Order: sequence, then C-alpha cells, then structure tokens
Amino acid sequence: MLKLDEVSKVYKVGTFGGRALRAVQDVSFDVQDGEVVSLIGESGSGKSTIGKMILRLISTSSGVISFDGVDVSSLRGGARKEYYRKVQGVFQDPFSSFNPIFKADRVFRIVGQQFFPETAARKWDEKVESSLHAVGLNPEHVLDKFPHQLSGGQLQRFLIARALLLDIRFLVADEIISMLDASTRIDVLNLLADLKARGLSVLFITHDLSLGYYISERAVILYQGSVVEMGSTERIYDNPLHPYTRMLMASVPRLDKKWEQVESELRTRRNELSTGCVYYSRCGMAGKDGGCRTEKPALIEVESDHFVACGCCDQECP
Amino acid sequence: MSLQVDDLTLYYQTLHGDVKALEGATFSVADGEIMGLAGESGCGKSTLANGLILLKPPMRFVHGSVRLDDEELPVWDTDRMDAFRFRRISIVPQYAMNALNPTRKIGKMTVELLRSRKVDVRSTLPELERRLDLVGLSHEVLGMYPIELSGGMKQRMVMVLSTLLDPSLLMADEITSALDVSTQKAVARMLVEFRDRRFVKSLMVITHDLSILNQIADSILIMYAGRLAEKGSTDRIINAPRHPYTRLLIASLPKVGVRHRQTRLTGIPGSPPFLLHPPVGCRFRERCPAALPECGEEPPFVEIEKGHYVACWRESGTDAEA
Repeated sequence: MLKLDEVSKVYKVGTFGGRALRAVQDVSFDVQDGEVVSLIGESGSGKSTIGKMILRLISTSSGVISFDGVDVSSLRGGARKEYYRKVQGVFQDPFSSFNPIFKADRVFRIVGQQFFPETAARKWDEKVESSLHAVGLNPEHVLDKFPHQLSGGQLQRFLIARALLLDIRFLVADEIISMLDASTRIDVLNLLADLKARGLSVLFITHDLSLGYYISERAVILYQGSVVEMGSTERIYDNPLHPYTRMLMASVPRLDKKWEQVESELRTRRNELSTGCVYYSRCGMAGKDGGCRTEKPALIEVESDHFVACGCCDQECP
Repeated sequence: MSLQVDDLTLYYQTLHGDVKALEGATFSVADGEIMGLAGESGCGKSTLANGLILLKPPMRFVHGSVRLDDEELPVWDTDRMDAFRFRRISIVPQYAMNALNPTRKIGKMTVELLRSRKVDVRSTLPELERRLDLVGLSHEVLGMYPIELSGGMKQRMVMVLSTLLDPSLLMADEITSALDVSTQKAVARMLVEFRDRRFVKSLMVITHDLSILNQIADSILIMYAGRLAEKGSTDRIINAPRHPYTRLLIASLPKVGVRHRQTRLTGIPGSPPFLLHPPVGCRFRERCPAALPECGEEPPFVEIEKGHYVACWRESGTDAEA
C-alpha cells in the first residue's frame, strides 16, 4: 500500500550550507494493509526523517514514496488534503504536540472544522466520544481539560484518537511510547495492535527492539540512513546476520538474560554457523562440490604416520 | 554499612499545601553495593536522590536521619552539606548532557570546579587524565566546548567529573534513558567498572528501566507514590517479586521473544494518586487486584526473607499468623 523506492534525503549543513549530510540513502521497503512494520535504528539513523518524509513534513531529495500507487510528492490542494485523511502521524513527545494555552480537545475541533465541515456539531461530538472510547479513554474524564491536567499516556491516546477520527489507513508512530511510564506503555502498544486487527497499517519507529518484536510482523534495521537488514521480525530476531544488528541485539538490556549470556550465545551461534572445514573461507581449493562448506573433513592418514583433515587432498592433490 | 537512611520524609511546599513526595524511607546500601531505585515518574525516586545531596526549597525536610559511613549527614543544612558534596557523596544528574557549562571549555570548567572545592588542581590532573583514558575520551576534550562532544561523550565526561574525588556514594539519576542501546550498555558497564575500581564505594542507580538494573544492579528498591514498596536482591525482585505493584510492573514489560499475537501483556489500570492529598493506607490499594480490608491501614515495610523487604499486608499478614 505504502511503498518507498530508493528514497534519499540530503541535508545541507555547515554555516553556509556548504556540506551535505546524507540522512537517508536509497531506502526501499513497503508496508501492506493491516501490517505493522518496525523501523529500528539508533539516533541519527534517519528513522524519523523517513517518517517525516512519508507525512510530507519534509521533502525527499530523490526517490519516490507512493501511497496506493500515487506519488505523494505530486499531491496538491484537495488531493493533498485527502492524503492526510488517510495518513497521519503521532510523535514522541505528547506534551509538545499540544498548545498549552488551549484545552486539549481543541485538536478534535480543528479536525472537525477542516475535514468534516458539513457534519452537525452534535453528531461530531458523538464521533469524538466513540473514537475516545476506541482508544480506551473515558470522555467524561478527559474532555474539557488542559494538556497539563492529563497524563502523558492520556495525551498520546488523545492524538491517536484524533488520527482515528479521519478514518485513517496508515499511521506513522514515531517513538510514541518512549516517554510513557512502563505501566501505561503496554496499553498504548496494545491499542496499536487492536487497530492493526481492524486493518490499519502502522510504521512503528523505535529504538527499542523488544517493543518492535512485540508488535510487528516485519522489521527494517537502519544504520546511518541505509537499510542493513530487513525481513520477518521473527527471522531477524532469531538469527540476526548483519554485524550491526547483532551488536544491537547483544546490547538490548533484557529481563531474562544478562548481557554476558547473550554475548556468549551469539558467539556460539557464529561457531555453529561454520559447520564445515575451518579453513574453508581461505582455502584456494574449496568449493568444487561445496562439501567442505557444510561438512567438516575428518582427520585421515594419507601415508604412514601422516594425517590430514582435508576432503580434497587424499584424492587429487596438486 | 555505607549508607543508612532512616524514616526519611521529604515534602514539597506548594500554595495548596505540602506534596508528600517521600514518606518514611528506610533502607541501607552496603559497601560495594549497586542499588537500583526504580518506579514510575512521580514516585519520589529523584526526590530521594536530590534530598540526599541538595535539599533546597521548595523541598522541605520533615524528619528522618541519613548516615554515610557511620557519620550523620546534615541533609537539612545546605551549608554544612558543602563539606560532603562532591567529596563524599556525588551525583550524575538527570540530563547530564546539559550539566556542562556551554560557555566554558571543559578543562577550564573542571579547574574552576576543583578550585571552588579547594582541591589542589595540579595534583588531581594526572588522575583526571588517567580516568579520561579509562572511559575512552582523549585528553583533547579538556580544550573543547561541550557543544563539540556527542551525547555519550558528555555523559562520560560528567561521570568522570562526578567521581573524581572518589566519593563514598554516587547517585546516577536516569543517566541511561536518553541514550541508544549500545551507548546505554557502555555507560552501564562503566558504572560497574567505577565500582570495581573503587572510584566509588557504592552506587544508587535511579531509573525507570528495570531491564538495565537487571544487568548491573546487586539489589533493587521499588518505589510507588512516595513510599518504598519492595527491596531485595536483583534476582528476587525480577524473578520472584512479592509486592503486587512489582509483579504487575514486571509483567507489563515486553521481553524479546514475546509476540503480541501469542501473549497479550497488560498494563496496570488506573494512575498513581496525587500526593497533595494521598489516600490513607496503602497507596497502591486503588489499583491493586489483591486489595484486602486491612489495606485501609498503611502496611509496614518488613523483612520477609533475608534482605527482602515488602510493604504489603498480604505478605506481612501471613507471616504474622504463621
């Protein structure tokens, strides 16, 4: 549904914009209907830049982002507004997403005025209430309040409710739970999963790998603007192959294992992977039948009191 | 016994009355122990740390006593605490990255800091350089402005500065929260190394992230709404928690290997009470799935097995009957 094709973003940096910083480099992936894709990377990896480019908050330098086959950068006027009816974002800091001078429910009123001017006020209020119920908030408790009177988790759910008012199909969730407390975090995460079950697609941007594993089907690992590994979340987590992904996996603080344990497991797995001849990678003779890649040759006696562990030498040594 | 806190109670003065941010905190940190202090935001963990080192208005000392290496700490007297701060008890503050003066070169700031504490700069310098080497910072950083350093480098710089005079107790307040996982791991390991090298005698690591504590802490103290909920060895708290709050908190954390489709984790319904007028009795009662009639009274913080303390009537009640 949403597709990124060789998308890049170059920022001009330095006093006079003389130097170029490649924040995102030739990134391609797609997100299907009802799918949650995790975009995982450390700070500076370009993950938020990708989210902002999808939301058209910043332009792309090259490459195409298409939604339902239409290039989103070509949308103008009414078509652009229609795009925002379907695609919305929620960001990291719920407190700075609201104007502290106005009551928090103003965000709903603006959506009503902008996108549904023909809807009657009472009917709109009902819609707001049902969307608040959908995100697990009690309208009586949260409406008519200022942002500082609500908790971070409530505000974050407010923003998701706002997005739901628009019958969205795609949500960019940029680190939406990193500022929430542990006990409310999981509620927002479960909410995303429920929305997914209703057909919504989510791009879940995070630096926390355990959260990515909990919720997403597919994961994209970014390092310095480039995709280093992507695919099914289960496969990547069970068998990370890129050294960077491995390093990330080994760094995640876990409740069930200590760091030392994870590190030694990764080492063992690396050894297991190389089941074949220990000299395979440097051997000039290997690879005729591929046998020595998978099978370790036994030590055999080639002549009296002379042993060798090589599958080729005993037959036809040059 | 490095640190011994008895019945420490700290309030915040506001126009509406006292906010009871910390009540009846009684615990100890042994020599060489890394104690983790965990809880949700607003549970009083930062209040406790700040109260031990810089107790200033609107924070108000109500009662309690603090002993460091068998010496009474005059926490209520800001001037007398000057003798202890930085030398005996030190802190790596929250957002340590912003703790460096942006208008001074780091070396100059360090010299000013040492002079203000009447420490001989020349004799301390070799040790400072040795420690910079240890944390992997080049000596050139002393000639740089903080803006030239990355977040992780600033964090390490502040850690070196805070521990330069080998304090007995170091408090690290949320120092890993704003960092990437790989930097997080490096900083956390550095804390352990500082302890192993005896730069600091004991450590209090304050965080909301239990999984970091599982990696580095010897013991964990869980706080809820200004009161101590549970304290025990890391293994007991993570794998066999006894307080309902700790249980729910740990159950709500997503673990690598847990998928939403297979296991749906649940949060803790409700929110912590307002501490301006906290409810009588157990403060977790409203959100607790196992509340008893006794919970209308405040549960005592009692030792249920060696080194494992819990403030819950379910635990202390059954022990009393048995």
